[in-house]
Amino acid sequence: MTVADAHRAILAVWRIEQPRLITSLARMLRDVPLAEELTQEALLAALEQWPTTGVPEKPGAWLMTTARRRALDHLRRRPMLERKHEMLAFDMEQQQAMPDWDSALDDDIGDEMLRLIFTACHPLLSREARTALALRMICGLTTEEIARAFLLPDATIAQRIVRAKRTLSESGLAYETPHGEELSERLSSVLEVVYLIFNEGYAAARGQDWLRPQLCNEALRMGRVLTSIAPREPEAQGLLALMELNASRTAARTDAAGEPILMLDQNRALWDQFQIRRGMQALGRAHELGGTGGFYALQAAIVACHAGAGTADETDWSRIARLYAELAAVVRSPIIELNRAVAVGMAEGPAAGLSIVDRLLHEPALKAYHLLPSVRGDLLHKLGRHEEARAAFEAAAALAGNRREQDLLRRRAAEAADAATSSTVM
Amino acid sequence: MRFMFIVTSAHPTGPTPELMEAMHKLANREIKAGRMLDSGGLMPLATGAQVRIVDGQLSVVDGPFVEAKEVIGGYAIFELPGKEEALASAKEFMQLHKDFMPGWEGTCELRAFAGP
Repeated sequence: MTVADAHRAILAVWRIEQPRLITSLARMLRDVPLAEELTQEALLAALEQWPTTGVPEKPGAWLMTTARRRALDHLRRRPMLERKHEMLAFDMEQQQAMPDWDSALDDDIGDEMLRLIFTACHPLLSREARTALALRMICGLTTEEIARAFLLPDATIAQRIVRAKRTLSESGLAYETPHGEELSERLSSVLEVVYLIFNEGYAAARGQDWLRPQLCNEALRMGRVLTSIAPREPEAQGLLALMELNASRTAARTDAAGEPILMLDQNRALWDQFQIRRGMQALGRAHELGGTGGFYALQAAIVACHAGAGTADETDWSRIARLYAELAAVVRSPIIELNRAVAVGMAEGPAAGLSIVDRLLHEPALKAYHLLPSVRGDLLHKLGRHEEARAAFEAAAALAGNRREQDLLRRRAAEAADAATSSTVM
Repeated sequence: MRFMFIVTSAHPTGPTPELMEAMHKLANREIKAGRMLDSGGLMPLATGAQVRIVDGQLSVVDGPFVEAKEVIGGYAIFELPGKEEALASAKEFMQLHKDFMPGWEGTCELRAFAGP
């Protein structure tokens, strides 16, 4: 076994133990940033020692003992201004505050996971900081893994995490739990992070570093954690539904060459029906909890329309258009309006769609957004206005973010050009 | 990556109350951590049935099955980053059997789901 293999195996064991490790430490020390630091130190110790000693029979207990020892060191080293630190250190040495490892299986980690997620996603932190901290503390990703996933240098991520933990400690937020109404209010900053992570993974093309698409699974996992520990929050169910339903198309989204396939052209036999069912169930629960009009629930309902259509032709575009209208009332967004235009175009004809799109042409937010001219091109093409369609697709290609999208749009421009020529040939 | 864990044993007995409690706590932790998607214990062999094709013929056999050497006791489905994590998880699960049902012998097989 190479050193890399051994490290991978050790990291895997640590990752399995990580949730219980960090939640127990956080509860014991009443300090989330410190708990996170200690789990990292435990990992480093394992990476150092286990290649020689072998993986212990009860790795969880070993990690916990190591973390506890380091915790005592930390508490002793810190200036003893806080009386409680002294007492905590004393208690730990007396093994009174500390349940022994076997009975730690008794602890319901639900409450602690809740505290961890809400701490990591505190609105005081920047969105980038929340994202890094959440992936670290909830998903157990290493700094290197987070950096690779977001195509950033290790040092950038490391810095974000250090600063985030410092902010939390200095703001006295090291160990607090939002309850009731506060939880519902704070939930949006959590959901935002989870969805950001999902989208980052979703956008990553297959065949690239496997770690990037894996972000979708990490986000799904956090979504499941949220619905499990906050079961009465409709938007948590809504977000989980949205992610499951989007992820269900993974196998159909790219062809053998790795080229993207538009949803309406996808082979629906490849859509994961179990994932769709889980998504529909989560959406159902969101509705039962009265969350039909929520931001994520509405988006999930839209995706559910697609997921429930056996073929592209069976899509209920009228319903989708109505849902987008509801969504637009919740969040003012030109992108939502653009999507509504597409749905209206399908439900009522391209002219109706185009009139909505044309009203968006001067939206500053959409100036560099390639999908605006792309949608416009598609509608113009359907109306037989091929030369205008060609120009729109060219404009879209110029704005497109990556090669594959550019190629797709250039192809459409060429098709429109051909159609323009052939329609003028007598 | 999705994995199925399949627990088999040559001498199937129900779990002891201690083991049941320990497994329940572990399951609770894994569900709350968003990793376990499904799990179940299966009813004894005597209550089951098999549909077989032998020599081109379909036949139904009611349990118990005389030739059965290893009996499937239960299963779980996990979503985990990779095989190493699945191994670590399975080892922990089997360690519970060792601790709370000493003398029991069996296998936890883990296999990744086939897919894209």
